[in-house]
Amino acid sequence: MAADGYVDHAPGYVANEGPKIVTGRFGYEDSHRLARFEATGGYEGLLRALALAPGAVHQQVRDAILLGRGGAGFPAGVKWGFLPPGRYPYYLVVNGDESEPGTYKDRLLMERDPHQLIEGCLIACYALGLSQCFLYVRGEMALAQERIAAALNEAYEAGYAGRRICGTDFSVDVVLTWGAGAYIVGEETALIESLEGNRGMPRLKPPYFPAAVGLYGQPTIVNNVETLSNLGWIMANGADAYRRHGSESSPGTRMFAVSGHVRRPGVYEVEHGVTTFRELLYGDNFARGILHDRELKAFIPGGGSAPWFFPEHLDLPLEAKPVGAAGSMLGSGAVVVMDETTDAVDAALRLVRFFARESCGKCTPCREGTTWLERILQRIADGRGRPSDIDLLLDVSDNISPGPYPAASDEARGLAAVAFPPRQTTICPLGPSAVAPVVSTIRRFRSEYEARITRRDAIPVKAAS
Amino acid sequence: MSRLTADNEARARRIMALYPRPKSALIPLLHLAQSQDGHLTDEAVRHVAELVGITPAEAAGTATFYEMFKFHPVGRYLVNVCTNISCALLGADDLVAHASAALGVKPGGTTDDGMFTLETVECMAACTEAPCLAVNYRYRLRVTPNDFDDLVAAIRSGDIDQEIPHHGTLARVHQEIPEGRMAGISSPEQARAAPAWMAAGAEGAG
Repeated sequence: MAADGYVDHAPGYVANEGPKIVTGRFGYEDSHRLARFEATGGYEGLLRALALAPGAVHQQVRDAILLGRGGAGFPAGVKWGFLPPGRYPYYLVVNGDESEPGTYKDRLLMERDPHQLIEGCLIACYALGLSQCFLYVRGEMALAQERIAAALNEAYEAGYAGRRICGTDFSVDVVLTWGAGAYIVGEETALIESLEGNRGMPRLKPPYFPAAVGLYGQPTIVNNVETLSNLGWIMANGADAYRRHGSESSPGTRMFAVSGHVRRPGVYEVEHGVTTFRELLYGDNFARGILHDRELKAFIPGGGSAPWFFPEHLDLPLEAKPVGAAGSMLGSGAVVVMDETTDAVDAALRLVRFFARESCGKCTPCREGTTWLERILQRIADGRGRPSDIDLLLDVSDNISPGPYPAASDEARGLAAVAFPPRQTTICPLGPSAVAPVVSTIRRFRSEYEARITRRDAIPVKAAS
Repeated sequence: MSRLTADNEARARRIMALYPRPKSALIPLLHLAQSQDGHLTDEAVRHVAELVGITPAEAAGTATFYEMFKFHPVGRYLVNVCTNISCALLGADDLVAHASAALGVKPGGTTDDGMFTLETVECMAACTEAPCLAVNYRYRLRVTPNDFDDLVAAIRSGDIDQEIPHHGTLARVHQEIPEGRMAGISSPEQARAAPAWMAAGAEGAG
């Protein structure tokens, strides 16, 4: 790995030991340039794919059991299979709108290795007969937009994109497009609305998958940046080689961002399924323990939308199924670590405020509910909470996500785990996501809420004048 | 104020040519308008609407959904400090308080000289490098109060004009497809046939 020119040029990325499927080039200063990409095996996967029939490429991706890396963890090969035969044109929309709290990986992939992503887009287009690819990058990510634009220009010039790619009859345009600041656009039907020039509001379901009705009403595949970034490696090395990494149901690697109160926060490429949270948070190869030798209070395993875990859940593996059964999700590979000094009410407020700000306003339970949750939490945090507020928070939560909400087990309080996912009264999962921090903290830290509500001495008293 | 300049209108047409339907270019074109004037003027929105073939109300309807679009002048430098969970755990509130005191404006406010607008924002995808901020969407990581003061001084002195362009300018590298290299964009209605490499059905793309 330590070849010439290998230095750290990706702030946040930590090149730990372990297989490198998507971050292998991150250390090179020129990792984003075509010359480096070609010198390190780049576009080999595309050439391998072009030598196969499109259906055989799709089969490789199916066999690799490549799970979507955007949050839902749905197998990409299966999602691809939902395209209705013969209803051309089909489109590819790349979801580069990374903005889930705690998540930091797609921006790195776009800035540090744009050709790897473009190669993945081309392989998907070839395999499925997609007529055009739209690479939608979050609006705020100016450097990612510049790097992808430059890489596309190089790829077109070199014959890897556009007309008659690599001299074959495979032709497809890959177009860089970008947003303007809206978390909800990460939801795939909202992303399509945005790409059609509309407000980024999720579409009513069914149809559940844009593969049936997507961009311009046509069948559309929406894939995450990290998902697509795996395709070049899979085609170059084969599905069998891919499945040798990770676990049986979750092969390969995943990028995890570990942030918050840890000694070595960073973005790590982690072997899927076999590593545990304990290794990720405390291991020498990863985050190296809690900052200032404090105690761990809680951690969020998969981005702001995920229900919280606590110290007794550290030995769960980084694998979708067991984490789901334990009451949360791996989501977008974002682990947020909170030490014993963290105020549970403040942390919950911070996350709920985010969802309230980002609610698109289409569904009443989310639009009204997230705002209510924020206001109630705010008054509790300000020392103006009412004794009935805890029940009110749970009641509003139940309007957004009815029934038992996914949560981790808590033996000390005699509470069993409630498996993921939550139910919802909304079109998309944004509203139910706002419930995660509320229910997680009330279940575990109810006494902190009660103390904030009853401890009147926190309120500055002014004499009437 | 102003419609798009002739140069920008030409670029707008090149951008529109990349999409099967012109309205899909709306957000990129609004960014183009914002890069011209620093914020979105009514005239520019009207012009963009005209170009993509929608009403000004439709264009405004889309524009107002997205928080990067500004409808009033903002500072030449838009300072976005992240206050979401990962940054909050590592001192984002202190950084906001310092920035507010140093610039003499509350979050949302603009300095009297029109140089800086301070905003608190949600997660910017730099969570392991907390606390972080961006100036005109150029990131600064693990920012201390001293770093903030140095950054403001460097901006005021003009030393980092190259790195941080004025507000409105987003990417400065654009996709330019070389002559004859484009596969060709057609509307969904015109592209009903199976793509060539699928129709062949042969082994490989030949």
